[in-house]
Amino acid sequence: MVSPTPLQAFSAVPKAPKTSKQTLVDGEKMTGAQALIRTLEDLGVQDVFGIPGGAILPVYHQIHDDTKFRFVLMRHEQGAGHAAEGYAVATGRVGVCIVTSGPGATNMVTPIADANMDSVPLVVISGQVGVDSIGTDAFQEADTVGITYPVVKHSYLVTDAQDIPRVLAEAHYIARTGRPGPVVVDITKTAQVGDMYYSWPQKLLLPGYNPTTKPHGHVLREAVKLFEQSYRPVLYVGGGAVRSNAGAQVKELADLTDSPIVTTLPARGIVPDSDPKVLGMLGMHGTLAATAAAQKCDLLVAIGARFDDRVTGKMEAFAPAARVVHIDIDPAEIGKRRQPDVPIVGDVAEVLNALNAEIKRGQAIHGKPSLKPWWNLINSWREKYPMKYDETTPDGTLSPQWVVEELSRQASPSTIWVSGVGQHQMWASQLIDFENPHSWISSGGLGTMGFGLPAAIGARVGSARDFGGKKPVWLIDGDGSFQMTSEELAAAFVDNAPVKIAILNNSVYGMVRQWQTLFYDKHYSQTSIQDGENTEDIINVPDFVKLADAYGCVGIRATTQDEAKAAIKRANEINDRPVLIDFRVYKDAMVWPMVAAGQSNDTVTYMPGVQPLLHHDSTDHIADDDQPQDDNGSEAKADNTATAEN
Amino acid sequence: MAIYPASTPHSERHTLSVLVENRPGVLARIAGLFARRAFNINSLSVSPTERPDISRVTVTADVEQVPLEQIIKQLNKLLHVLKIVDLDNTDAVQRELVLIKVAANETNRSDVLEIVRLFRVRVVDVHPESLTIEATGDEGKIDALLGLLDDFGVIELVRSGAVAVTRGPHALSEKVVGSEITGR
Repeated sequence: MVSPTPLQAFSAVPKAPKTSKQTLVDGEKMTGAQALIRTLEDLGVQDVFGIPGGAILPVYHQIHDDTKFRFVLMRHEQGAGHAAEGYAVATGRVGVCIVTSGPGATNMVTPIADANMDSVPLVVISGQVGVDSIGTDAFQEADTVGITYPVVKHSYLVTDAQDIPRVLAEAHYIARTGRPGPVVVDITKTAQVGDMYYSWPQKLLLPGYNPTTKPHGHVLREAVKLFEQSYRPVLYVGGGAVRSNAGAQVKELADLTDSPIVTTLPARGIVPDSDPKVLGMLGMHGTLAATAAAQKCDLLVAIGARFDDRVTGKMEAFAPAARVVHIDIDPAEIGKRRQPDVPIVGDVAEVLNALNAEIKRGQAIHGKPSLKPWWNLINSWREKYPMKYDETTPDGTLSPQWVVEELSRQASPSTIWVSGVGQHQMWASQLIDFENPHSWISSGGLGTMGFGLPAAIGARVGSARDFGGKKPVWLIDGDGSFQMTSEELAAAFVDNAPVKIAILNNSVYGMVRQWQTLFYDKHYSQTSIQDGENTEDIINVPDFVKLADAYGCVGIRATTQDEAKAAIKRANEINDRPVLIDFRVYKDAMVWPMVAAGQSNDTVTYMPGVQPLLHHDSTDHIADDDQPQDDNGSEAKADNTATAEN
Repeated sequence: MAIYPASTPHSERHTLSVLVENRPGVLARIAGLFARRAFNINSLSVSPTERPDISRVTVTADVEQVPLEQIIKQLNKLLHVLKIVDLDNTDAVQRELVLIKVAANETNRSDVLEIVRLFRVRVVDVHPESLTIEATGDEGKIDALLGLLDDFGVIELVRSGAVAVTRGPHALSEKVVGSEITGR
């Protein structure tokens, strides 16, 4: 056996001598770069996002007018990544990015981590310096595969042109199957310019990759038994159900078993909000009814959800009386945060199809328990504690919650909603009436500020591709979040992605300020960004209307409800260019309900001073460790968490 | 659920055997998973197996049961990982190799050699002021040997890390689906 040369030590090729040159006789001769483009075409990729650069130039050189995919030129690699994510969520297909080495690739780390947390199928193709230069700190060299190890589903370093079609085919397959996720393909310049023989289709070599999609029969029967014995069931539906496109199955399960549906942030809209079984989002900023139902249930059916701490609050106190059925395609999610009584590994849609059939069979024999008292309790929560906010504000600015509701009222039902990260994101998830699955795109797990605009562009490209542009895209963003990627206005205008942008401009980092208000003695350290003050002597940087104007977009400012209504109406009518509305909203508006980080969901505060789950009269089942509340109870409890967070 | 750090002084010793594709970068991915979850690895050894396309990683660690299950599941998600078993210490043969350089001169050399004979280990280097001893065995034997040699003064010590196989006629790689991983 030949001892490995330094070059082989870095290559994706095993340290064995090449057996023969038999692979070089079949197929059409071309360069690796040509093969890369051809592979993407053969994979059926229709839209690609990215930015060129030195180490990926041979690939870009092969993108021509007759290339079968559309290339969307973004202005920052992070934007390209988020755009591909937005595209993937809106269309259900794999988002593809092509970027250069070094800084191009490191700029992609955030979207890769974001896609990893939210299970978004993504293939990131990055350039890499030539193999002779690897490890020499060559210009724009970065160990992309090494940097991204902890945040990818899988990654490749390609050193040989001949490997390009197979590796890309594998990457595409890995990204979209099983639990979807980001796959990085780092392609050296050597492989891009090297000659190879192209053939299609490619045989995938993935001996260690066998995702389980079909559920076992006996766990299904155990789950049915739990449904038969439970009088307070709750379906806790997460983003995995969205990825599996299981909205119809979730609704069927809810109807069959009469169970209420609570969702996580990414799963908003999986069953239309108009369905009476939908209680909305649960957790830190969820609806009171959803959070309460999960706390008081005796059967929690987690469907493609992963017990995130923003959902559970203090883990030990989450749904304390519940038995748990956990359905997930990723075995590692099961038992990660809570040990389930019935673990079911498989694709959510397939599992629910089988489970629903099993439930029908069981109900035909045993009937089903009466859930009337449970629904009475849930409905009393819903009536007593609806989503509520003040429509008027102390300083006469707009109420941000009212703006969100007005956007929802005026929007077409087919609208795809996108958000950045912050208070506006929570209000959007709480107050928009979602009627369609795949119509809500937001950064959940990683909470990436600046996600919104590029993701909206990606969603608009997807809407144009799949729905003839008939699904309008509304971005609800904060002034802080928006400025993290506002340069993509250029891409939105130039690439003809007429997104509609609502900036809830409170001139502060609102969510951080809310925490400063509640937990840090109102010390507003570095949260004022002064981009939307109403007074004349305070600077207004940037002026979002002028900014929109500078990028060729339509900019509108709204400071009153009448202006806001007119602005939204006008924005809905403009479809040839992006529209940005700068809504001047109240800076001290807060997101309620709220569970302070690290606290039990039983401490959920509906409005300041109102903690319904801590009072014994609101429910017949109360956890034993409940403490009676004094007047300052919520403040005191909240203060305790300050040291634990951030 | 989460128990961190995963390794505490009283945790039970586990031996994980991991079959992986024989390719660069695999160890980095595996080690990264352990490091991220605050696993204190006791020993780690990687080497080729009876099949040239498969390598075997043997990890021993003192770790609680729950984080161990989580890390096995996470390891299984790595595409290059083909098979993982948590070897039962009673049903597996486990060995490690140690080289021990002991301070031994003419006054106490014979005492050291007596211990070497008792343990049926070998002397591989002699110097007027030192003896280098090669020993193989399971952990208990090595620890006992080191305990006795400690009195003479251990100058230098290196251990290979444990390797282990199950007893009986079966190979772990039999459970790897598909034959030879070739074509790359």
